[in-house]
Amino acid sequence: MSNRHTLIARRTFLAGMNLAVGGLAVGFFSSDSLADEPTGKRSGPRPPTSSQAEESSAPGLNPNVFVHVAPDGLVTIVCHRSEMGQGIRSSLPVLIADELGAEMARVKIVQADGDPAYGDQNTDGSNSVRGIYEDMRRVGATARTMLVAAAAKRWKVSPDTCEASGHVVLHRPSQRELGFGELALEAGKLAVPKPADVKLRPKNELRNVGKPLPLLDGPAYVNGSAVFGADIRLPGMLTAVIARPSIVGARVVKYDASRALAVPGVKRVIELPAPKAPYAFQTWGGIAVLAENTWAAMKGRAALEIIWDEGENATYDSEQYRKTLSASVASPGTVLRSVGDAEAALSKAARVLEAEYHVPHLSHAPMEPPVAVARVEGGTCEIWAPTQHPQAARGTAAQVLGLPPEKVTVHVTFLGGGFGRKSKADFISEVVLLAKEAGVPVRVQWTREDDIRNDYYHSVSAQRLTAGLDENGKVVAWRHRTAFPPIGSTFGPVNRPSLGDLQQGVLDLGIGVPNIRAEACEANAHVRIGWLRSVYNIFHAFSVNSFIDEIAHARGEDPRDVLLEVLGPPRVMKTVRELGIEKLSNYGQPLEKHPVNVARLRGVIERVTELSRWSDRKKEGRALGLAAHRSFLSYVAVVASVVRNPDGKIAVDEAWIVVDAGTVINPDRVKAQMEGSIIFGTSIALYSGITMKGGAVEQSNFRDYRLARIGEAPRKIHVEIVPSEEAPGGIGEPGVPPVAPAIANAVFALTGTRVRELPISKALKT
Amino acid sequence: MSIRVRINGVEKELDVDPEMPLLWALRDVLGLTGTKYGCGQALCGACTVHLDGQTVRACVTPIRRADGHSVTTIEGLSPDGNHPLQRAWVDLGVPQCGFCQAGQLMCAAALLEKKPKPTDAEIDHSLAGNLCRCGTYTRIRAAVKKAAGMSGE
Repeated sequence: MSNRHTLIARRTFLAGMNLAVGGLAVGFFSSDSLADEPTGKRSGPRPPTSSQAEESSAPGLNPNVFVHVAPDGLVTIVCHRSEMGQGIRSSLPVLIADELGAEMARVKIVQADGDPAYGDQNTDGSNSVRGIYEDMRRVGATARTMLVAAAAKRWKVSPDTCEASGHVVLHRPSQRELGFGELALEAGKLAVPKPADVKLRPKNELRNVGKPLPLLDGPAYVNGSAVFGADIRLPGMLTAVIARPSIVGARVVKYDASRALAVPGVKRVIELPAPKAPYAFQTWGGIAVLAENTWAAMKGRAALEIIWDEGENATYDSEQYRKTLSASVASPGTVLRSVGDAEAALSKAARVLEAEYHVPHLSHAPMEPPVAVARVEGGTCEIWAPTQHPQAARGTAAQVLGLPPEKVTVHVTFLGGGFGRKSKADFISEVVLLAKEAGVPVRVQWTREDDIRNDYYHSVSAQRLTAGLDENGKVVAWRHRTAFPPIGSTFGPVNRPSLGDLQQGVLDLGIGVPNIRAEACEANAHVRIGWLRSVYNIFHAFSVNSFIDEIAHARGEDPRDVLLEVLGPPRVMKTVRELGIEKLSNYGQPLEKHPVNVARLRGVIERVTELSRWSDRKKEGRALGLAAHRSFLSYVAVVASVVRNPDGKIAVDEAWIVVDAGTVINPDRVKAQMEGSIIFGTSIALYSGITMKGGAVEQSNFRDYRLARIGEAPRKIHVEIVPSEEAPGGIGEPGVPPVAPAIANAVFALTGTRVRELPISKALKT
Repeated sequence: MSIRVRINGVEKELDVDPEMPLLWALRDVLGLTGTKYGCGQALCGACTVHLDGQTVRACVTPIRRADGHSVTTIEGLSPDGNHPLQRAWVDLGVPQCGFCQAGQLMCAAALLEKKPKPTDAEIDHSLAGNLCRCGTYTRIRAAVKKAAGMSGE
């Protein structure tokens, strides 16, 4: 993570920033249609009508791009990460405000445009808090230091005798105080202190951190005023709906534009360039229909009668590919982890257990399908998009249009879900090309079918695990072979998981087995592969936790005891040597700072089994299953309670989740993420799967790409956050990986059916 | 064809394709973007509005069906965002990404009209058509009960 903000010149605040929180500035509705609507009274994060220029010259204190103190005392804090449901806007700015000593009631939070001035804005990898916790504190502390200096100067006292809290600077010895607003202009004239001269507060002075904070955007979310990407409307804008190829690499041979143009409201039909491998963030190709409204565009698209050349991926078939992956993990792959001599230990073992696990492709399916709006005119481009990665959106648009990045502005709206889908800039490529070609603002609206059939899919995978047990049943050898087309295949000719890919739950797996071997096996991609919430951890955690449960049952012992035994004694692994690997990216953090801490993993297991009354796990009509996993530098254990409903369907009726993520800022949002992870994981375990036939996706909408509904989600979810002063770990993703194996293990305990392939609906009624 | 429809208490006259789904008439013609598109096939509930007080999925309801009728959207659920459900939603921190919540609220509001003290099963049944990918269901259930003045939940 960078410390870039310390390098950023003063007075740049707001210059590159869009005050239109959620991306919409008042005045975008071209007609006066809203004038008499009750919606004229909108609450929530509405932008002021003032222009950026006006704001950028606003007087006051702005020591860096993230914070501004106005003479009226209003503190403006920039949230530079995207809000997609994780509550980042209710978390990160709080750190800055706490360091500053501001009252949250007098803080305005605005959303940053995409601009390298903010450092890394990629909202991905559960990285916002864990990556820049110290940086954000320093941002606030710098502004506080300057306010204190201004007050001390006025009172002619030492700054050390002053303190800042409650939106004032206080000189206790003389009982004098000055409001932040009163000091803003003077403080703004001072030199920005060097980082070394800025002291962070002791943690106990951070007033809001660690307390449940109100949801900043709650009111806007419940009154319809929150502006998502789909909600942007520009004057003269056309809506585009695109007929994309159903098979990756297929090309348009011919189509009938006249039939589409005959639909009232349809204005243009534009062919998009066919992409070439590697596909990265290129458009998907196909034919776009641009119309005055979405309905007309959809009708126009339906009339196109396109004939496609299917290309080389038309043979991709999930049933066949499952066999290909099985064959791949049946023989040795590239060895990426080696402790002791696993092969020798396996050949000498008293008993060898082996199992193979499969997880299908998954689609992100955020409730808001991909959508974006762009205006390209006079050598500039302005984009409004629900993007997780505004700088990638900017760079992609610049590249596609042949413009310098400075000429491209990306306004970040609220995201109606992201889960990794909206990190990809393919829909940005589409919208800027169409806006340029059409010469008017264009909105690209993906339908749900587009979304399910043209995603950057979570990778399909096979895992083959082999354990050697000694005469006492103790695991003495562990071999893990994993095969999945890696994300790298979307960006280059890659057909085997890399060292970096296997860090997610294979290389960093903290098991206390004397002989360990992990191998990456070949798998070719036939669709675009992308990262989906918790990524490869999904299938690695599923296979590892299922397999340990299988070992326990093979030994006739308590799965919890066997899990703890396989993990081994509480210990902290700080070197790659101990792990038996060459290197570990460790989610971008040094192993020294964030070691593989088996004690913490054991801790969440012990706590979750206590809370769920694990000893009582075999009650009439329900059974408990357990799983635990370290990912994104956090430790999570889950117990799922599975029942068979009167209609014969398997369901999860209750779940317990314990998370040790080190320091947390906003425990209520952490709790919400854990609840959401249980339900996201329930969908993966019981319902969801993308399959291919003839190169095309067989599913199309929520009818056949099933997600958990309210009556199918656990009735009760119990969350516990381990109190901790450790450096913060991730939150958005680490709750997901242990959920599916906990459910599968509970299913076995209840039914005796061992499910080694997800979703469980393939084997049992769900 | 001209369609006359009362939207959130205001008479509107629209000159649109009578087959245009109510959803797109609201979003694209009237600029009422609080009602969301999520699936287009009445599978996710994000587009739920009230037509003469009954919930309908606006994505599969042709605008002609609303001709001469009254439609309430999330923007018209309450004058100030103060419907007991909206208050409970904020108090309990229900929304994550927020995209599905308008539909959830419109369904829940119709439920409370009919059943002021709904059971868990009634809540589940009534909201079965409303997907939330973020997974806010347990808080949704709690917030419906809170709005209904049901304690102990």
